Amino acid sequence: MEYLLFIERWVHFLAGIAWIGLLYYFNFVQAPAVAAAAADKGGPGPAAIGKYIAPRALLWFRWSALVTWIAGAGLLNANFVAAFTLQDGFVFIGIGAWLGTIMLLNVWGLIWPNQKKILGIVTASAEEITKAKRIAFLASRTNTMLSVPMLFFMASQSHGVL
Amino acid sequence: MNPLDSILGTIISGLVLTVVLAFLASAMSATTGV
Repeated sequence: MEYLLFIERWVHFLAGIAWIGLLYYFNFVQAPAVAAAAADKGGPGPAAIGKYIAPRALLWFRWSALVTWIAGAGLLNANFVAAFTLQDGFVFIGIGAWLGTIMLLNVWGLIWPNQKKILGIVTASAEEITKAKRIAFLASRTNTMLSVPMLFFMASQSHGVL
Repeated sequence: MNPLDSILGTIISGLVLTVVLAFLASAMSATTGV
């Protein structure tokens, strides 16, 4: 059983690093780069980012998010309900689990559906795309914000109660 | 202005939320009896 939990933790780390790494790439690198490319009149523009980079990054992003959650759920094991209901001894990791869950729902419920419109994977009017850009941006920024406490509570599990 | 529109605002919001949630978590955990 201990080996299984250890493997689940390892997978959780691997997938989590891919997920949050790509989240930070989107927010600290891609979004500012696309804005700069669009503003650079006479420059090459941001088209290649949208065509070649973003779809690949989003593919790894959304699936690593799901794997992270599943491995995390497995890691909670019999304490899954105790964590999500914030029982004594599981408050800290439970808050981390809730934050991670909200972030996952953000990825699949807001970021990905809106990015499909933005990237032309599904048809959308110009007005829908403008709205989608704002929603996807704010959802991604929200996840960046939530990653700060999420990682705090995840790490807190190894250091006892404050 | 939405703090999430800037990276600095996003990080600061995250830190503030961390402090708030940490206090909340501590308060909830303080009810653990001996």
